[in-house]
Amino acid sequence: MKPTVFHYPAKLEGEDIPLVRFHEVTKRYGDLVVLDSLDLDVAEGEMVAIIGPSGSGKTTVLRMLMALEKINDGIIYVDGEPLTHMSRNGGLVWADEKHLRRQRLNIGMCFQHFNLFPHMTALENCIEAPVQVLGMSKADAIKRAEELLDMVGMLEKAHEHPSRLSGGQQQRVAIARSLAMRPKVMLFDEVTSALDPEVIGEVTTVIRKLVHKHNLTMLMVTHQMGFAKEISDRVCFFYDGKIEEQGPPDQIFGNPKSERTQQFLSAVLEAN
Amino acid sequence: MFDWRWEFVWQITPRLVEATGRTILAALLGYGIAMVLGLFFALAQRTRFKLVNKPIREFVEFIRSTPLILQIFFVFYVGPQFGVMLSPWPAGMIAIGLHYASYLSEVYRGGIDSVPKGQWEAATSLSLSPTRTYYRVIIPQAIPPAFAGMGNYLVGIFKDTPMLSVIGVAELMHTANSIGSEHYRFLEPYTMVGVIFLLISLPTAAVLRKAEVKIRRKMGLR
Ligand SMILES: Nc1ncnc2c1ncn2[C@@H]1O[C@H](COP(=O)(O)OP(=O)(O)O)[C@@H](O)[C@H]1O
Ligand SMILES: [Mg+2]
Repeated sequence: MKPTVFHYPAKLEGEDIPLVRFHEVTKRYGDLVVLDSLDLDVAEGEMVAIIGPSGSGKTTVLRMLMALEKINDGIIYVDGEPLTHMSRNGGLVWADEKHLRRQRLNIGMCFQHFNLFPHMTALENCIEAPVQVLGMSKADAIKRAEELLDMVGMLEKAHEHPSRLSGGQQQRVAIARSLAMRPKVMLFDEVTSALDPEVIGEVTTVIRKLVHKHNLTMLMVTHQMGFAKEISDRVCFFYDGKIEEQGPPDQIFGNPKSERTQQFLSAVLEAN
Repeated sequence: MFDWRWEFVWQITPRLVEATGRTILAALLGYGIAMVLGLFFALAQRTRFKLVNKPIREFVEFIRSTPLILQIFFVFYVGPQFGVMLSPWPAGMIAIGLHYASYLSEVYRGGIDSVPKGQWEAATSLSLSPTRTYYRVIIPQAIPPAFAGMGNYLVGIFKDTPMLSVIGVAELMHTANSIGSEHYRFLEPYTMVGVIFLLISLPTAAVLRKAEVKIRRKMGLR
């Protein structure tokens, strides 16, 4: 079978190319269209909050960018390079596993349920990939992991297993584990949703630090409207696999144009 | 009344003890083969390549649906027709190893399936290769839930070693048979074989249960 050749640009070039670009990305599960020809650019250093009703495709956007699954149509670029595609004989074809694995190095992801490796200590969780994937020496990896665990306030618990940590602590370790790979983009998928209210603050404090001190590029799916408003540069309201409305937080939360955005926000406010 | 003779018991004890050693050796060797081969079967059944996973799956199904004794006979007596001439020990180890590998592969599969999807996704998001993911993330977590099943089959393989006597492996049963026919007395040797099996199986099961708890704790798993 001859591979399909795509005629997207093989590279994004120029002064102000976005760090992440979704171009007409469609994701389907069977007949269900979950992302519908989505366009989304994220600039370097930008913090984008993704909000929207359950099932609107928020998690899917992050999973596609993390290349946990394949898209059905369109293309994603990271740092100007195709993520979902690769160059072959002057054209673009679907990326193979090897290409995906290399491109994933640019992306870090934190999950709702942390997904720490339970048989490894906090420190071991943080050095596993740097040693195995980046080929760092164990000593260097430990040094970096300790710095990061310190940054998230978990250095004291470096030698504990996840089962002995609270949810908030596990999530902070998970953030350190992702950062240890030095990703260009960090993805947060409702990282506080599984936490008890009193520990949500520990995690948001860490994210705040990443925004203000480290100027990391981030996409954050969240239900915490207050936090999104405070911290993001831009808010995207998802509805039915599309961006229904986007803009600066003041505009989206203060003066939403779309009726659906208004309805969603008032429903969320009522619930709180 | 029973005609139980203690002096006969003492007389045959050394031979039975020696045979017990061979029985344990056979069980451990067979189990070692089964553990490694079973893992191979389990992983091979999970690959995307149909040319690998289909035949393996069917082979495992075939082994699980036919009696062990038939498989032992097959390797030993039919093997030579295909140019595979094996003496009793290797033939027996291959047969019992394959048999239990098929069962253990199902236990491993259950263990692997019990690892949450989020673990795979975390490993993928960290760019760990599939091999590393299995070796460092999935298998360590798949073993503890599989441990109970693995323990049952260790005791199971031990209790199945007497079947090797049919091709002349001089384990406990074979030795008891020889003693019986030499002395025309079967009561004592067979009773002793039963007691020996009991004395080994029961504590082994108990030790394994304790070991499971310990291993879980050591790995930081609950
Ligand atoms: N693996 C899957 N198979 C089938 N449908 C899926 C799968 N993953 C997600 N979906 C569907 O895709 C839609 C969007 O899911 P998701 O991105 O998780 O929504 P959100 O995170 O906004 O709540 C939902 O209708 C969900 O049921
Ligand atoms: Mg979601």
